[in-house]
Amino acid sequence: MRNADLLQYAARVVRGGVVRTALVLLAMGIGVAAVVLVSALGEGARRYVAEQFGALGTNLVIVLPGRSETAGAGPAIASGETTRDITLDDALALQRSLAVRRLAPLIVGLGAVRAADGADARVREGPVLGSTADFLAVRNMTLAQGVFLPAGDPHHAQPICVIGRDLAKELFGARNALGLWLRIGDRRFRVIGVLGKQGTSLGFNTDEVVIVPVAAAQALFNTEGLFRVLVEAKHRDQVPQAKADAEAILMQRHEGERDVTVITQDAVLATFDRILGTLTLAIGGLAAISLAVAGILVMNVMLISVAQRRSEIGLLKALGATAAEIRHIFFSEAVLLALGGAAAGVAVGLLGQQALIAAFPNIPFSAPWWALVAAPLTAVVTAVVFTVMPARQAAKLDPVQALSKR
Amino acid sequence: MPPPLIHLSAITRRFTVGDETVQALRGLDLSIAQGEYIAIMGPSGSGKSTLLNVLGLLDQPDSGHYLLDGRDVTGLDDDARALARREKIGFVFQSFHLVPRLSARENIELPMVLAGIDPAERTARVEVLLRDYGLTPRADHRPNQLSGGQCQRVAIARAMAMRPSLILADEPTGNLDRHTGQDVIALLEGLQAAGATLIIVTHDPELGRRAHRQLHMVDGEIVQDGR
Repeated sequence: MRNADLLQYAARVVRGGVVRTALVLLAMGIGVAAVVLVSALGEGARRYVAEQFGALGTNLVIVLPGRSETAGAGPAIASGETTRDITLDDALALQRSLAVRRLAPLIVGLGAVRAADGADARVREGPVLGSTADFLAVRNMTLAQGVFLPAGDPHHAQPICVIGRDLAKELFGARNALGLWLRIGDRRFRVIGVLGKQGTSLGFNTDEVVIVPVAAAQALFNTEGLFRVLVEAKHRDQVPQAKADAEAILMQRHEGERDVTVITQDAVLATFDRILGTLTLAIGGLAAISLAVAGILVMNVMLISVAQRRSEIGLLKALGATAAEIRHIFFSEAVLLALGGAAAGVAVGLLGQQALIAAFPNIPFSAPWWALVAAPLTAVVTAVVFTVMPARQAAKLDPVQALSKR
Repeated sequence: MPPPLIHLSAITRRFTVGDETVQALRGLDLSIAQGEYIAIMGPSGSGKSTLLNVLGLLDQPDSGHYLLDGRDVTGLDDDARALARREKIGFVFQSFHLVPRLSARENIELPMVLAGIDPAERTARVEVLLRDYGLTPRADHRPNQLSGGQCQRVAIARAMAMRPSLILADEPTGNLDRHTGQDVIALLEGLQAAGATLIIVTHDPELGRRAHRQLHMVDGEIVQDGR
């Protein structure tokens, strides 16, 4: 039998049994759509996290005090040992590395912020960041108004600040914040810039922060040690070099002791990527179970088909069809049904994805290519596997019995 | 004298029904020459259908030898027998056995589709068959839109599609009225006149008498082989 004839013959059968075909298409379609949708969800989450990390800055190397064997949370707290602070001079020394484009020391604290001119006495508790001029570039932030902290000696605690736009609105209302004074604790700072809209990045709403010179923050929070040093490598390829240099420079400055942790954005991102990628695969696999269920339905439908078409099978045998040809007829039928179901499922899945995107525009839902390939493939393979038994049963039918009227 | 088309020697076939063994064929010997017209007759359960199934390679004897066209086909496996059926044997059934979703044209084409014959040639051969059997106006009708006589003519055209040398008809007129039945028999006899070997199973004595040779079967044996 020619392949084209085989397909045509199967297509006639598929078109003949409308209810039967609709049932199998439905089951297969649901399975495939589930895989597509679920993987779109997982992939959306993965990309969302990747974007969040991307918003942190590019080619970042982050230096934090304390030594931890695993790049993770709170090394100093976890180990309980006292560690040497990373000082401002430590941070500035990192500039010696040829792999480093720029860096920004960072101090983070909570401060009671209020407008200094007494027009509004309300106090707002908010995050206060101490950094330098390069912070803006390292964090990929934008300014809406005014200027950022000036370059110059970072040890000099000028009474100036840059604030987030939401904070500017709350403190000064409709007034232009530039040039106005605000108070953090008992210190006065003049607003020289307002940040552009950045939104939330890793739980930090940058629209509500105050950024002051790092030396001012040191005085404000009465600390020498830095919370972090954000280092931007010159190029993606230079990130490992920048990391190695940072470790070496700080070890040298800390009398040969390795008491800092240097993590790269890539490493953190890769971890998240791996976790979420695995998760997507796992839930995609779970969704694929519905395909197995669909496979069982295919088997039942095919078994009924064999029973109903006994005399047709007997006739085909009498006309000289070999066992293999009978099996191929049933396999073609199953493959056609699976392909139809897969096409419907992919269509429904992608429509669902569009609906998700419409509902949650922030998250980039997108079914990964492997799901779009694997789901239909699984459907076809499942259909074929579950048709093996019915097809063999058909091929083994005794023609005499199949032809006799019963 | 050329070798016979069919040569059976000591063919037996047993069936187990419940815990009883039924001897459907008891050591049958039979020789049939190319071009013969034979009626197999006998009461129900006499083994005539079993004999036809064995001759048509649909059933295998438990013992004995079957030479078809000089070739021993007794031990052939399922696929080899399928191929032999495809090339050499045309079946006509009492209940037509047309595929209900296919048109008359497609039913006639079916054996050639199974044989993998080129579509262009298939179409040409189907057109000739449709014309020869007076089915051209009904070519695109499904079996349920055809009369019994037309269905049986489609079935005969299908049996002839692969130009077999042996035509086996099991009660070909059993589901037809007298008049249509005679048409169908005339059609089959025409094929025999053109050189094919025709074997009809029937219990209609009138039909049996038309054959050139009658085999009467009782209890799995040929009790009378008359011409």
